[in-house]
Amino acid sequence: MHPLQSRTFYRMSQSVLATKSVSKVQRNRRRSRSPFHAAHLFVLPYVILMVLFGLAPGIYALIISFAKFVGGRPQFFQAGISNYTTAYSDLRFLPALGNVFHFLLISIPAGIVGVIFIALWLHARPGRLATGFRTLFFIPGAFAGPALVLLAFFMLSPVTSPFGFLLRAMGFENSAQVTLPDNYPVLFTVIGFFAGAGGWVAIFYGALNGISKEVLEAAMMDGCNQWQTAYSIKMPLILPYIAYMAILVFAGNVQLFAEPQLFGSKYWSPNQLSYAFAFEIGNFGASAAISLLMVVIGLIGAGLIIKFSGFYETDATAS
Amino acid sequence: MSSSSNIFASKQGRDKKRLNTSWLLWLVVLIFLALYFGVPILWLLIAPTKNDGQLLSMPALSIGELRNYVQAWSNLMVYGDRVVLLWAQNSLIYTLSSVFLSVAISVPAGYAFAVSNFPGRKLLMTLTLITMILPGSAMVLPLFLEMNLFQLVDTPWAVIIPASFYPFGVYLSYVHFSTALPKDLLAAGRVDGCNEWQLFKHIGLPLARTLFALLSFLSFTANWNNYFLPFVMLNDSQLYSLPVGLQVMATSTPMLNPVFAAENSTLKRPEAALVVLLLVVPVIIIFLVAQRYVVSSALAGATKE
Repeated sequence: MHPLQSRTFYRMSQSVLATKSVSKVQRNRRRSRSPFHAAHLFVLPYVILMVLFGLAPGIYALIISFAKFVGGRPQFFQAGISNYTTAYSDLRFLPALGNVFHFLLISIPAGIVGVIFIALWLHARPGRLATGFRTLFFIPGAFAGPALVLLAFFMLSPVTSPFGFLLRAMGFENSAQVTLPDNYPVLFTVIGFFAGAGGWVAIFYGALNGISKEVLEAAMMDGCNQWQTAYSIKMPLILPYIAYMAILVFAGNVQLFAEPQLFGSKYWSPNQLSYAFAFEIGNFGASAAISLLMVVIGLIGAGLIIKFSGFYETDATAS
Repeated sequence: MSSSSNIFASKQGRDKKRLNTSWLLWLVVLIFLALYFGVPILWLLIAPTKNDGQLLSMPALSIGELRNYVQAWSNLMVYGDRVVLLWAQNSLIYTLSSVFLSVAISVPAGYAFAVSNFPGRKLLMTLTLITMILPGSAMVLPLFLEMNLFQLVDTPWAVIIPASFYPFGVYLSYVHFSTALPKDLLAAGRVDGCNEWQLFKHIGLPLARTLFALLSFLSFTANWNNYFLPFVMLNDSQLYSLPVGLQVMATSTPMLNPVFAAENSTLKRPEAALVVLLLVVPVIIIFLVAQRYVVSSALAGATKE
């Protein structure tokens, strides 16, 4: 080999080696800087479940709502909007919607006022006693679905209930008089508050604990009494939670199913009617049409929370 | 108690008096509330100490005899050849499977949300928030239609797998890792040559012990109490979970329904109370043990950090 040649070769090989080593470094650096592939692997199982059980049911229900059912088999896109007209013009549909809104109209304000009152009342004298009561109020949260409704049955029956004297004083002699559909909105509110209030009280109480001692002491110095402190200082600080609670309670209560179902009224709420369409007469299309309406109502609630509660602020601080 | 007595020392005597009366008022209101929240549970605990007749004739909060508890239990065991135990076992299997899957899937996903800004993250976060707030029951009937398509209706999978999708768990994991995991620690790990999996295993997971406890607890209570999903998915009574079984018992026996009163069944009110206890006592015990976690978790979901 000519010396010049060998020199050129040497240089070339060096430069190739050099680029090789540079590219190796670059590749390593890229891998450590942006762990795209790893992160995608970490979220993959979750994304699969999200697609299968978060998105697909909604999309499939949408498709089904335009399908005709012949002998239990769907014929896709054959129904037009007839499932919607069947469902929404059903004689039971508007009453069911009205029932649930009647229930919401009572349960949301009563729930919010009740929970705020209990949280502020407990927090007027924070300490061991208040914590003990808070724990006690929290325990009924263990009751849900049939267990809750069954307990409610016993409590609402004048013959078995420890509150029987109250029920009799209100003129109720037997459980059938108490559990009339007309009374459902009030009854479900009382039952729901029993099971759900404690959790919210704990949240509000925790928020109240976040108020600094200095602020409360300064208020005392300025001559605020307990009522004024509660109303002018504590209340405004827990207000953001109230919107959050209102929307979550709305979104949950609008889906009412177990309570009226177990109380023996079969078409009292829209979810019950949707269930009846599917399992009593096999009209899955009409069932889907009602379900979708309930999903949309739930989605509006979710959108409102995200808009007003500033969930995205958490998102922005993350990375 | 009140700092006002220290601040206005001269009025101490008068304040003390006022403090006592207002303290009493405070306590009385709370005791009334405690009656509302506590008496139903107290009643439930002592109900099976009385037989059906005594439940109607004796004062509501009087205690009967302990052997009635045993009697109610053996009556319950006669029903459907111990089917209640089978339902309890089903409930436990469905719940624990869902807890295991939901936690195993949520924690890595929340970790990835917290430590890495991968493409698609924002979209996934938004979907997580939406599906987290949307009540599970809104999706049950659409889920049924989907499971029907996959021919999984009336199998345990129809209950276990949908319940493993746990966006709230992902959100809590994300909040946990983005507050508890110092970014510098991960950077140091990368300098030392850890890959992403090793970082998660050696830095992320050891910091996530409380997170695991919290998610397991929340997922357990939610799934143990889940009623609508198994009610819609399961037809075979051998596959029922305890809440569904309880509902079927309540509506098809003289337990509560006077229509069946003529039927010769041993299932009456004490047995109903006993099944309710079977359902809620495990959750109450976990509540009392884990109350601190629960409160802080509820806060994590409710506030922005």
